Amino acid sequence: MNVSHLGQASPSLRRLSELRGAAPQRSLDARALAALAANPGCRRRALLDAAGVDKTALADRLGRPAPFGQSPFAIRRGLQFESRLKRDGYAVLMEPLRRLLGVPEDEVASLAVPDLLPSLSPAMRTERTSAALAEAAADPSAWTLLDRPMLRLEVAGSPAYLEPDALVVHGGRCTVVEIKSFPVLDGSADPAKVGAAARQAAVYVLALQQAAARAAGREPSADPYAEQDLPGAPELTVLLVCPKDFSNRPVAMPVDVRRELSTTRRQLSRMTKVEQLLAALPEGMTFDLARDDSGAPTRPVEELTRAVEAVPAAYGPECISTCELGFHCRAQARCAGAVEQLGRGVRGELGSLRTVEAALAAAGRGAEPGVEPALLAELGLDEASERLAYAARLRAEALAAGGVR
Amino acid sequence: MSLLSTLARLEAVRGQRAEPLATVRHRHLSDRPMVLVPLAAAGEAGAPLAVLLGTDRDAPRLHLVPQPLNRTQRSEFLAAMAADVVPYLESFGEQVELLEGSEKDPVSGEKLPVVRELCADAPQLVVPNAAGVAHLALLGRSTRFRRTAEDPDPGEYPAPTQVPLLGRWLTHLTDRAQVPGSSMLLSMTGLLARHWATGQSNLEDQHLAARMAWHLSPSGLEPPATGAVAAEWVESARDAEGLLVHPPAGPSTDPKFDERVLAPAILRYDAAVAVRVRAEGSRDAAESERAAGLVERARAELARVLLAAALPTWHDVWHGLELLRELPPADHLPDRWEGDRWSFTMHRDRVAAGEPPQPRRDDAVTAARKLAQREREQAKLEIQEALDDPLAMAERRLAGEAFAGEVVDVVPEWSAGRSPKPRPLLVVRTGDRPHADPGREVYRAHAEPAQRAEIVSAESGEVVVRLLSGMGRRKDPEPGSVPEVGSRVVFTLFELAPRQSAPLPEPADTPWTHGGPPVVGEDSPAGADEWE
Repeated sequence: MNVSHLGQASPSLRRLSELRGAAPQRSLDARALAALAANPGCRRRALLDAAGVDKTALADRLGRPAPFGQSPFAIRRGLQFESRLKRDGYAVLMEPLRRLLGVPEDEVASLAVPDLLPSLSPAMRTERTSAALAEAAADPSAWTLLDRPMLRLEVAGSPAYLEPDALVVHGGRCTVVEIKSFPVLDGSADPAKVGAAARQAAVYVLALQQAAARAAGREPSADPYAEQDLPGAPELTVLLVCPKDFSNRPVAMPVDVRRELSTTRRQLSRMTKVEQLLAALPEGMTFDLARDDSGAPTRPVEELTRAVEAVPAAYGPECISTCELGFHCRAQARCAGAVEQLGRGVRGELGSLRTVEAALAAAGRGAEPGVEPALLAELGLDEASERLAYAARLRAEALAAGGVR
Repeated sequence: MSLLSTLARLEAVRGQRAEPLATVRHRHLSDRPMVLVPLAAAGEAGAPLAVLLGTDRDAPRLHLVPQPLNRTQRSEFLAAMAADVVPYLESFGEQVELLEGSEKDPVSGEKLPVVRELCADAPQLVVPNAAGVAHLALLGRSTRFRRTAEDPDPGEYPAPTQVPLLGRWLTHLTDRAQVPGSSMLLSMTGLLARHWATGQSNLEDQHLAARMAWHLSPSGLEPPATGAVAAEWVESARDAEGLLVHPPAGPSTDPKFDERVLAPAILRYDAAVAVRVRAEGSRDAAESERAAGLVERARAELARVLLAAALPTWHDVWHGLELLRELPPADHLPDRWEGDRWSFTMHRDRVAAGEPPQPRRDDAVTAARKLAQREREQAKLEIQEALDDPLAMAERRLAGEAFAGEVVDVVPEWSAGRSPKPRPLLVVRTGDRPHADPGREVYRAHAEPAQRAEIVSAESGEVVVRLLSGMGRRKDPEPGSVPEVGSRVVFTLFELAPRQSAPLPEPADTPWTHGGPPVVGEDSPAGADEWE
């Protein structure tokens, strides 16, 4: 992982800011990082995120807006649940945490909740958080809750600011607390949602590990399973706080994120360094929408499309649910006849056949009547093509037998 | 995804139309299915918003919760839904077949004749997608423990009697839907995915309307088209107000719809209710009447927008049923449907006997039984589908688990010994490449009675097998039991009758490794539910 600090005047940062144009920078959050880590080969997303480009606005301008949105009902319910947890000096939140962390009843009264100055800029808030964390970790007997702390993580050479829901600090160590509004029903929650929350929490743990290493003046350990023995270092088990069954009452679930942590760490370090991505760009290219005074974008769509196309994407159907540009990249993949439009697994199955046309051509040779299987090998097809030709022959025969054709 | 279905998807991309994945229909379709399109309120698990349901395509009925956060209204909604669904389900319990069997008397050990009832038909619910099934399961879980006014301790919010009954039925049906090949509760996306491939990924196929766009041109699209263009139009086309032209199949609604249409409509309803409460407080009869009219109008407006959100999906489900009915039914459907009829009959009997609702969590024996049943049914389904459908058999042939070909020679031979039995050799010309070593036992598909054979040699293009059974008791094979030269044969490497697994212990004999015998009353069925 690249932890070098880029100064204000660094050429990379200047180029990234040019790419963004006059628009304000979008900061990467943990959810976006988790999505990015799920598709580390996508240069397009890596570059747009590093530059802080508003991908939603970009997708709008490209003519294929992102299908995302959150219902006002869901937002209200999430806020309600969170505010309920924080009522009466975090009593409801601490109740399930107490049982899990073994917080004695009488000690909860002395829970310290330092002010983290939420109205400041992200960089200032990060400073404030690390100061509060150091202070809390210095006294092993104290119980401290950091409400909405701010953390920083370097991703492909550019900083990302992250905001976990809460951190509980005790005994010189901290535990990430993630509040989610999906329920734990009869003791178990939707594994897909727990997995997404764990990936998100792993990003926070990674940021905390780096912060602890920086504070102690050491290199972060490369071993993902190594417990850090530093003041303020995070536990590798996070607490997920969710509504219990169909109620508003919270229940806390410990989730071991070591596996997610090692995946995230590997994927993020594999992410092409932003300098390399920038070096490959044509001179003068930007993603600036060039908004006029009324805020309407004036940049010609064709020019913008060319700019986006200058950075290669790694499209897969999963992108539609995680990336704002999913529809745009899908249209491109369909135009190019790429086999990835049918799913990432398909590409492995078809071997060297990369387009629908090539695959169908290989299949077509097998479906021709009178081709003996022994001859297929002699046609000089590779293994994937040969198997496809065999499949095509079987399919044609079965459809004829079933009276469909 | 297998290579054959990938190939079908590639063909669908070329033609921009759905391509067949089956030559017959592999799921039973009832003559009188009930279609349900459930909608859920965002942000809360299993919170119902509305349901559009019915057995008549031209007469769907809408039930709705005007204020999704109001628990009393939710209860009323569930009662109305129960009054609609439960009579449909129970109507199938009236006509029964009587089957004679025997049962071992537990005391004397003698076999006693018994007559068992089996319902002549079973209900069938069809929902748009897998999320719809999951939503019904959540509704079942949240209602089956509800206490009613008839309970000894009805609690603060007693529910109408039919509500927990609906919960028990929904739990049973969603549980049964986990059994491979069952047809009592089906999702349309699942049904379509079994029978056709589209030119898009599995993920995109979860969107019912986008899937349907590979079969039929969506209504409203000009010029009419099928395939990727139509699917994308259905997924993303919005009108001037920013609302999706074709609303999603639910249960989640489009967030923009929630924001721009639903939230204001609910707000107006709440305001009308507040006016009514004030008017009733001031005892002004004329004002009360006017306020009641306001509430009525606000409710009608909500019903209008929710109907508009669910109706396109309702039509999609019925279109899907139409497509499926065009396929000829598979031969083994009555056999699998009988399993559903037994499942229905047994649940009917449990309800009639006054047994408590299904527990929150299964005990070890029940869980093991369910798992064993699902594994058994999965194996049975795979065999039956392969026998019923040449395309399903093609999957097995491609995997090297079966081979088909023409008999080019028959060599009559006999076994050694005092009474020789026929053991003829068949030479089969085939293009398939079965993973078959000499000596491996194979099974002849569609043979009546069942016929086993043994691989003698397998070379590219030609497999020699020796028939071992199914030829009668005499020295010469029964006429017609040995395939003639020139006939087509299919042999499988997998057995055509699934094996029986070892019996599981009685609940009282649960070993300590699995928690020991279940303790009665540990899981209080009608405990204080999470009802706030």
